[in-house]
Amino acid sequence: MNSSAGRRALTPERIMAIVLLALPWLAPLLHVTADVLTRSLIWGLFGLGFDILFGFTGLLSFGQAAFYGAGGFISAWLLTSHTVNSVALALLIGTAVAAVYGLIVGFISLRRVGIYFAMITLAFGEMSFFLENSPLSALTGGENGLPGVPSPSIDLFGHVYTVGSGWQMYAFMAVIFFLGYVIARRIIRSPYGMVLRAIRSNPRRTPAVGHDVQRYKLSAFVLAAIYAGLAGGLLGLFQGYMPPDAFSLDTSGQLVLSTVIGGRGTLIGPLIGAFTWIDLRDTLQQFPALGASWKLVFGAIFVLIVTLFRRGIAGEIGALLERRRRAREPLAPSATADQRPSAPAPAPAPQRVRAAAQGPAILEVRNVAKRYGAFTAVADISLEVREGELLAIIGPNGAGKSTLLNVLAGDLEASAGRIAFQGSDITREEVIDVCHRGISKTYQINQLFPDFSVCENVEIAVLAHERGRFRADCFRNLSADPSRRAKAETILEKLGLLPFADHPTAEMSYGEKRRLEIAIALANDPKLLFMDEPLAGMSPVERAEAVQLIAALAAERTVVLVEHDMDAVFRLADRIVVMQNGVLLAEGTPEQIQNDADVQQAYLGGVDEHEPA
Amino acid sequence: MPSLGLFLSQLFNGLALGALLALVASGLTIIFGTLGFVNFAHGALFAFGAYAGFLTYQASGSFILALVAGAVATGVLGLLLEWGLIRRYYDRPPEDQILVTFGIGIVIVESLRAIFGGLTRDVSQPSWGNGILNLHYFFYPTYRLEVLGIAALALFALYLLIYWTRIGLIVRAGIEDPLMVRMLGIRVPRILTLVFGIGALAAGFAGVVDSPIISVAPDMGSRVLVESFVVVVIGGLGSFPGAIIGGLISGEILSLTSMIDPAYSDVALYGVMALVLFLLPRGLLGTEGRI
Repeated sequence: MNSSAGRRALTPERIMAIVLLALPWLAPLLHVTADVLTRSLIWGLFGLGFDILFGFTGLLSFGQAAFYGAGGFISAWLLTSHTVNSVALALLIGTAVAAVYGLIVGFISLRRVGIYFAMITLAFGEMSFFLENSPLSALTGGENGLPGVPSPSIDLFGHVYTVGSGWQMYAFMAVIFFLGYVIARRIIRSPYGMVLRAIRSNPRRTPAVGHDVQRYKLSAFVLAAIYAGLAGGLLGLFQGYMPPDAFSLDTSGQLVLSTVIGGRGTLIGPLIGAFTWIDLRDTLQQFPALGASWKLVFGAIFVLIVTLFRRGIAGEIGALLERRRRAREPLAPSATADQRPSAPAPAPAPQRVRAAAQGPAILEVRNVAKRYGAFTAVADISLEVREGELLAIIGPNGAGKSTLLNVLAGDLEASAGRIAFQGSDITREEVIDVCHRGISKTYQINQLFPDFSVCENVEIAVLAHERGRFRADCFRNLSADPSRRAKAETILEKLGLLPFADHPTAEMSYGEKRRLEIAIALANDPKLLFMDEPLAGMSPVERAEAVQLIAALAAERTVVLVEHDMDAVFRLADRIVVMQNGVLLAEGTPEQIQNDADVQQAYLGGVDEHEPA
Repeated sequence: MPSLGLFLSQLFNGLALGALLALVASGLTIIFGTLGFVNFAHGALFAFGAYAGFLTYQASGSFILALVAGAVATGVLGLLLEWGLIRRYYDRPPEDQILVTFGIGIVIVESLRAIFGGLTRDVSQPSWGNGILNLHYFFYPTYRLEVLGIAALALFALYLLIYWTRIGLIVRAGIEDPLMVRMLGIRVPRILTLVFGIGALAAGFAGVVDSPIISVAPDMGSRVLVESFVVVVIGGLGSFPGAIIGGLISGEILSLTSMIDPAYSDVALYGVMALVLFLLPRGLLGTEGRI
């Protein structure tokens, strides 16, 4: 604790302030001009928003120039046409327009993910370029841009102070960049920012634990547009001229390059990357033969970094420091491998002796089907899950068990039929809504957040339970609320994972990851828990432990279990339904199922039909 | 109202442009369908092909030879890129795949600029493309009509390759289920290299064909890249017929709207793309496939 208290004096914010203050004295020694630094700061500000979008949320946009240009041209036009005379107001309006534009473009382009998102944002960037160049050229000056943008001026109690070029301009931009940096840091360290990081880490599990991913993505997109719009406005002020190439594909591309080279997900990466190319360009331009080759050099560096050092300059340095720190400070006290408790050690789990629960139905499923084109995965299923019971769904491979579970948990939409949970219709509800009703699911293949620590994996789910589908609490401090951590630790303890709370998820064994998968699903205190083959891939010892664990979980809530391990199913289940080819084959107590002729035939592969004559 | 002659001539322009876009986009779509990622270097390969063709044309005076040389050189470059770099990316996240092809594109374009300078170079039409045809209602440049024919032939050749050859069968199977193809004992890595080469070849070929119309310059491919993205978004990424239909639609939008007001033709194209995204997020013929 002492060492971290000593280090608290050197927060990234303070280091940034010291560096920005020292640069005017350091730069001349390194033959770096004020203009190079000022331009880098503008790109760095532009990149803060982009890093939130790409580095933290995982959305690679190739259209950021649209917002840089929009903010820049609106601000410049307001000032040059004397519609507005206050620089601050012009910047504010320009930024606001960029934000609204970001909202529109984001709304359309976020309908797709991944590759499509990158292509669509690129197309919108180009569309903006053409809009600026032709239809709006009367306002924007078309290919000539807008000259005559006034220098920024600051009104101090009636005394108007105009910012001059050189180091004065640097100081002006440094102050704005610093504010932007502090705000971005706060956003990233807020609960809101943690959800953004979760989306990058596992875009599929994040909605399943109850976060409205689409709204988080859209808000991150708008944040990036705000930073871009402000940076664009500042570019016009800095140059006294608003260039049309602010809108160009090159601008968007250059931003991507800077961010990746400097280090994505570091916030300072774009600044470092931008400084690299701006300084490289200015240096090489002193030699006429090399003037144009800076971009070739920069492109080659980029390919090298993407291939070999994908964290970028700041990221690789950060990782190096982190490794050295961990080497110096041996693992946290609870962490040595030989102390690993292998068992979650639940209360000695009783053989489940409960009679088949006769409680009211918690889940009613009527004629549910799921079809993919001509293929029918689930044909027609009707069943009831009774409050407090453990219902097992069994059946041969391809029977449609997992598909059914996905439909019931809201991961997939039913093609037909009706699903009611505690009396209310949830057939059309998405997984987010279903989660907030108190339904959870553990996945057949682990769906964890690999970039998070073990405890954070659970905390991200607790967060949704506390905050609801969406909340823009960008400025709340994530660590200000100890109750969330406490709740996550309670769940981890139940699963025997507490000693590893601060371990990176990637370092856990398979069996531990499997338990973490369950821990995440418990964060919303589910009344109904779906478990999709929780024992898959486990060793015999792990299986025995997991069976006890499931029994303990089922004592507190309703559980629907899909599992191939028949010993486990017959030990655990109060009631069993058997599926085959998308329909119910049989339903009853374990004893009834064991003696059912149809079931025996299904499992023995239909001996009668295929018996050689 | 524009005259019938103008309308018809713009309709033909749209067909020629659309067929070229379809050719570029089909290369993009074949690579995506098989390798699972979008080649952001596709515009750079288009420019590379145009330069290779331009040099051959200058040296030999034969445009046919230029077409072959440009296409083959670009195809070979594609093979080398896949073998040297791209294949290291199959297991990396999609954004890294986008980034590396984007970077390769910059390196190719900037190398062209470093070697040949940034100036635009005019390429004369082949002798058999000179002249203007009288099509009764309007006069039309012979070469543009030939472009339509050449691009259609090239698309047909690609179609034959994909739907009627063993390699095409493997490619289509690979799109459906790459793991299964591997288990059948087919050397998938070699097929992937070949597919990237074929995609690059299509881009390079289109670059040579287009060079007499749009002139040769290092960044001539960036607009083509963006437009072919629009084509595959409209047509459906990963679908070969989708690339053709999307190409023709895009070509017609660009040339018919420019008849009314050229300033809005690009904007109209992106507007239609936004509309398609809204109504049919998967594009006209897109299957869900890999996203």
